[in-house]
Amino acid sequence: MLLALIFIPFLAGVLSLVSRNANLRYFLLGFASVSHFTITVLFWFFPPAALFNNWIGLDRIGQLILSVTSGLFLGAGFYAISYLKNEKHQQIKDFQEDIIFSNVPEAIFICCMLFLLASMTFLALSQHFGLIWVAIELTTLTSAPLIYFHRHHRSLEATWKYLMICSVGIAIALLGNFFLAVAASTGGEKPVSLLASELVKYANVLNVKWLKAAFIFILVGYGTKMGLAPMHTWLPDAHSEAPSVISSLLSGAMLNCAFLGIFRTFQVCTAAGLADFAGDLLIALGLVSMLVAAVYIIRQADYKRMLAYSSVEHMGIVAIGLGLGKAAVFGSMLHLVNHSLTKAALFLVAGNILAVYKTKRTNDVQGMFKVIPVSAFLWLAGILSITGFPPFGTFISEFTILKAGIEQGRFFVSGAYLVLLVIVFIGFATICIRMTQGSPEQGIEKVALKQRILSVVPPAIMILLVLVLGLFIPSSFKNFLHGICMLVGGN
Amino acid sequence: MLIEFMMIFLTLVNLIILSTSRLSTCIKVIAFQGIILGILPVAEGHFDIQLVIFSIIAISVKAILFPSMLLRTLSQLNIHREKKPYVGYGMSLLIGLGAIVLSWWISKNLPLTVAPASSAVLPVSIFTSFVGLYLIITRKMALTQVIGYLIFENGIYMFGVILPQKQPLLVELAVLLDAFVAVFVMGITIFHISREFDHIETDQLSTLRS
Amino acid sequence: MNMSIRIVQPILALILSPLLLGIINRTKAFFAGRKGQPLLQTYFDLWKLVHKGVVYSKTTGWVFRAGPIINLSAILLITLFIPLGHSKAVIFFDGDIFLVIYLFALIRFFTILAALDTGSSFEGMGASREAQFSALTEPALFLALAAIACGTGKLSLSEILVSVTSRFWLANISIILFVAATLIIVLLTENARIPVDDPNTHLELTMIHEVMVLDSSGPDFAFIVFASALKLWIFAALFAGVLIPDIGFGFWPNLAICVLAVLCVSVVVGIIESCIARLKLLFVPHFIFIATIFAVLAIVFVLRK
Repeated sequence: MLLALIFIPFLAGVLSLVSRNANLRYFLLGFASVSHFTITVLFWFFPPAALFNNWIGLDRIGQLILSVTSGLFLGAGFYAISYLKNEKHQQIKDFQEDIIFSNVPEAIFICCMLFLLASMTFLALSQHFGLIWVAIELTTLTSAPLIYFHRHHRSLEATWKYLMICSVGIAIALLGNFFLAVAASTGGEKPVSLLASELVKYANVLNVKWLKAAFIFILVGYGTKMGLAPMHTWLPDAHSEAPSVISSLLSGAMLNCAFLGIFRTFQVCTAAGLADFAGDLLIALGLVSMLVAAVYIIRQADYKRMLAYSSVEHMGIVAIGLGLGKAAVFGSMLHLVNHSLTKAALFLVAGNILAVYKTKRTNDVQGMFKVIPVSAFLWLAGILSITGFPPFGTFISEFTILKAGIEQGRFFVSGAYLVLLVIVFIGFATICIRMTQGSPEQGIEKVALKQRILSVVPPAIMILLVLVLGLFIPSSFKNFLHGICMLVGGN
Repeated sequence: MLIEFMMIFLTLVNLIILSTSRLSTCIKVIAFQGIILGILPVAEGHFDIQLVIFSIIAISVKAILFPSMLLRTLSQLNIHREKKPYVGYGMSLLIGLGAIVLSWWISKNLPLTVAPASSAVLPVSIFTSFVGLYLIITRKMALTQVIGYLIFENGIYMFGVILPQKQPLLVELAVLLDAFVAVFVMGITIFHISREFDHIETDQLSTLRS
Repeated sequence: MNMSIRIVQPILALILSPLLLGIINRTKAFFAGRKGQPLLQTYFDLWKLVHKGVVYSKTTGWVFRAGPIINLSAILLITLFIPLGHSKAVIFFDGDIFLVIYLFALIRFFTILAALDTGSSFEGMGASREAQFSALTEPALFLALAAIACGTGKLSLSEILVSVTSRFWLANISIILFVAATLIIVLLTENARIPVDDPNTHLELTMIHEVMVLDSSGPDFAFIVFASALKLWIFAALFAGVLIPDIGFGFWPNLAICVLAVLCVSVVVGIIESCIARLKLLFVPHFIFIATIFAVLAIVFVLRK
């Protein structure tokens, strides 16, 4: 059953690569997303057994990330169908620079999307550190052609930066894996295998120096993929130049998957008693990410870049939550879910805005409520959510982390966290309120398309979910999240 | 003793790649490195049939497949030499010498739990990783950056070879496959870059800012 | 091994060194398809030069006259320190490496001064190039000799080469190879061979060593030719001594093997001269820097033990 989860999108991708009928491809995309989501939901009720001697298995954190990924892909897949139908031309004029470019063939686009889903599923299911590495590298490689969908020089530049920076980062993480293997070799007797569960079980015999070095390298390596500053430099370019569907997938799903690698290493470190060391590193990187994001969000001229920097900030928040430990881990996991849903919704709505206004500059977008009222409403709701406004779920998760920080007596961390959150809120508010209010320019009203259902319903559902999570968290879900906290010694 | 010779040869080809501006020489260096790294696990002395098969696969991928893919990209590009890197070739060679001394010093202070077959392998692996990273940072041509990435992976792979605990064969094969797909995708991207920009100098790719 | 037998080494050097130049020329001629000069041509040249009169320019002073004399006397002194065939040289003491290298520096110093003394711009050009290239070879030579000294644990040139037994050779093959590579490059540079300098060029603009001695004539020139032959012998003996281990046959067979090796080195130099072209002057420092790289690698490999 677990293997089906990986193979369904993979086979659908291969089939869509070779099929010539566009409708068949759309069908394959929809079918793969729906079946993937269904199986994932089934796993909540009927937990699957581990395979291959526990190399492939579903533990709690994997299940959380898998569900988020699957849900997001369901929304993004259907949005993509409507998006591709819009982009049906052979040659398109670029808004920013008036150059003619073409798009990557649709077959490759859909195929890579499905391969991306398959590799992210593979990542969530791997329990062996070597497999985790392979899966993360696969996600990088399958998402690179997706960023290059619009074939012009800016997206090419973004793709090249993405490829090089993420590949080097992941190679550094490979070195970290090898350090982990050295730490696990326990001086010649039977070495501990690199299965996450085994390493946690035998954590007290691991060599501490090598484990510390391994954590540092893995943090830097997978942190590059996750978008922690100062390794985040590929993120704004890639997310602003990719089509909005892909940006939503990258921000909402792929950053979480990279976080999974760091989480598993953190698990091993906690079991070995290095929770303080590892936690401090995570907090430091998290604060730097928030700071960098806050600086670049203020007066940001491009709204997609603004959303990208916000991803950096929220990944920083998740890292801080994990680093603080104990009660904050609950907030961190909740924030993972909330942020993914909100960010994906925001990117999809941004795609709608781009399709109508044909500009990425925030100064040129005005009067959204008059032109595309539904999307404008969703945009405003999403911005409120992403800045942590109650009653959205992000407020709960960010507040939990803040509370845990103050309870632990880490006043500097909590103070900086709060100040940076406020700065980001100011930055977002000034930009987005101006975008939604006011009256639009002359020509836009006539060009406004009637919004296709498929481009509005997925983001609406996601924002609704975040709202629900803010008002009421079902106790089974709460227990589930607490179970994840137990994995890293929390409560 | 064979391992010592291989390490000396590896150090020398790394120094060659630091000091050359010809792209075809860089690709030949990758091929040599691939051959040496493929033989390394078998040269350590354990004659496992699994290991021999893996060595053959590694040599064919690293020494034949990668260089031929890169050569194909190079022939499509019509570019033969590196364009004025950020750090000149003579200075790069000096820095490389400093890196050799530094990596020997580091390996002296790095206690491995089980000593590898030759004491020269760890420093040379650190040096190779350093050369790979250095190439990515200081060179402007996208192709040289891909070569630097491959050399960086080679250095890390060497570190993996001397580990006492051998990674399962499947994982090693998967790592190779990943590297292959990475080079494939990077090669295609470089081809697109050259078609779009008429050059592959990455320092000119600077439209996206802040 | 008493002094009377060891004196054979410098005597052999004095007698056989002009033969090296003949062998190089003959090898080059063979590669070019010519018959070439007779093997003993250098001896005839020396004989001719000694019997000629000397011409001194009016612009030169005592430095010009002193140059060739210091050249020859210093080289003869160095010859006494160089062991041949893994036995001790005539004179040896701890630290004689430094004396040898600084005697070379002394020779270089006075040759450059003598060249400048003539007041000719060509010789000045050659002198400046010589100064630059030898400034680059000196650290390479120092590091290489230091590496092998560290490896054998001895500080005297003779004792170092005596310690290069076959056991040492097999255990430290990497160091030996690196030091030998350094020495061959230093040999080519110090003796003004291709790829650093073309001894057959007649264009003063391209000369390095030749142009410095352009104005010498008669016995002075004979001294210089003989000194250059001895210099080639010395470097070749060092190279052969490092590369060929002491197999333990005894004094006379070792000596014979070493002399044979030195003659082979001159054949190799001739082959190198026939096969490569001279490097652009801009690249010569890079070529010499390769020698420094080999020397540094030798030191790194020595220090890891």
